Amino acid sequence: MTYEVPVAPGESADIETSTEISGGVWPMWEVFVRARRGVSHVHIGSLHAPDSETALQNARDVYTRRGEGVSVWVVPSREVRAFEPDDAVDYVEANEKVYRMATTYEIPEEVGQM
Amino acid sequence: MSPEERFQSIVDAEDKIEPTDWMPDAYRKTLIRQIAQHAHSEVIGMQPEGNWISRAPTLHRKAILMAKVQDEAGHGLYLYSAAETLGVTRNELQELLHQGKHKYSSIFNYPTLNWADIGTVGWLVDGAAITNQVMLTRCSYGPYARGMVRICKEESFHQRQGYELLIKLCQGSDEQKALAQDALDRWWWPSLMMFGPHDTESTHTEQSMAWKIKRVSNDDLRQQFVDMTVPQADYLGLRIPDPGLRWNEARGHYDFGEIDWDEFWAVVRGDGPMNRERLAHKVDAWQEGAWVREAALAYAEKRAGRSAA
Repeated sequence: MTYEVPVAPGESADIETSTEISGGVWPMWEVFVRARRGVSHVHIGSLHAPDSETALQNARDVYTRRGEGVSVWVVPSREVRAFEPDDAVDYVEANEKVYRMATTYEIPEEVGQM
Repeated sequence: MSPEERFQSIVDAEDKIEPTDWMPDAYRKTLIRQIAQHAHSEVIGMQPEGNWISRAPTLHRKAILMAKVQDEAGHGLYLYSAAETLGVTRNELQELLHQGKHKYSSIFNYPTLNWADIGTVGWLVDGAAITNQVMLTRCSYGPYARGMVRICKEESFHQRQGYELLIKLCQGSDEQKALAQDALDRWWWPSLMMFGPHDTESTHTEQSMAWKIKRVSNDDLRQQFVDMTVPQADYLGLRIPDPGLRWNEARGHYDFGEIDWDEFWAVVRGDGPMNRERLAHKVDAWQEGAWVREAALAYAEKRAGRSAA
C-alpha cells in the first residue's frame, strides 16, 4: 500500500500516538465553504490557526486553491455542539412517523398532479 | 446487536464509519497509524521536489513545481485533520515523527539528482500514489475517504504535469533524453516498492480488507500500475529497466521481475540514501519556525485580551 509503511520483521506494528508537546498549540477551526452563489456553506474540513483572521487566510490556502468556493466561514471547533451517538437513535425513530410523509396519502389519479 | 456487529454491518453495507460512531480499538489504531504515516509522507514528500524549485529551467516550470509542493503541504494538512477526528493531535503526531518514532513512505528516502527526476516523480510516484488513493476514496472511514477525494483531484495535476515534462524532455536533445532514461532507471524499482510486500508477506491485509480500510491487495495494485505504465514509457521512447518485463497474453497482464527485497527492508528500517537527511531537515524547519508560531499565538492572545477589556 502506497503510503502505509510495512512492518519490518522483528518490529512492532503498534505506534505511539501521544507524547509531550513543548510550546503553545494553535486552536482548531472548522471550515465551511460556499461553492457558488445560490448554495449553502458546506463543511469542508478543519485546520489550526492562532486567531480567526489567520484561520480565514489558512482556509483559503488549504481548501480553495482551485476556485472551490466563493465564500468561507471559520468557526472555533470547541464551539461546535453535537449529538452523542446514542441520541442519533431518536432520529431513526422519527422516521417511523410515516404520516409525516406526503407519499403515504393516496390521491385519485383523476385529480391530477398533487 | 452488539456494538461490534453493528459496526461490521455498517461496513458491510458500504456505509461510512464517522468519528462519533463506536469502533473497535484495533480499527481506530490501524487508521491512526495509516493516516499519520500518510500525512507524514505528504509533508516529507515536499523535500525531494522542493530541492528543484530554485533550479527549475523556466519560470513556467518553477510556478508548476511551487503549486505542486504547496499541494503536498495541503494534503498533509487534510490528513492530519482526518487523524485528529480519531482522538490524536497533530502536534503529537508531528513530534513523534521528529523523534523518529513514526515512519513515512520509503519512496521519499531516494534523492532527486537531475531535472528529469521531477518529471519522473510526478509520473511514477504520483501515479503509484493515485492507484492507491483512488482505492482509498472507498475506504470505510468517512473523514479519510473524503480527504482522499480532494487529494485524488489534485494528484491528477501532479501526474500529468510530470508526464508532460518528460514528453518535452524526450522530444529534446539526446542529452535531455538520456536524463529522462537515467531518472527512469533509478525510480522504476522504488516506485514498484511503494505497493509494499507481496500479499503472502503482508501482515495486515486480511483484517484491513474485512474492515474495508483497504480494498485491493498490494500485488493487485502493483500489477495495475505496471500495466498502466508500460505503454506510457513506450510512448516516451524510454526503456523500463527490467529484463523480465514482457506481455503475458494468457494472463492479459505484463509479467515483471522481482523487487530487491533486501533494499526494500533496508530503506524501511532507516538505511536508505536519504533517511537521515530528510528527518533532520524536517526537524530543523520545525524548530526554525517556532518563533513564528509563538509570535502568532501571543498576538492572538493580546488582541483577544483587548477586545475582552
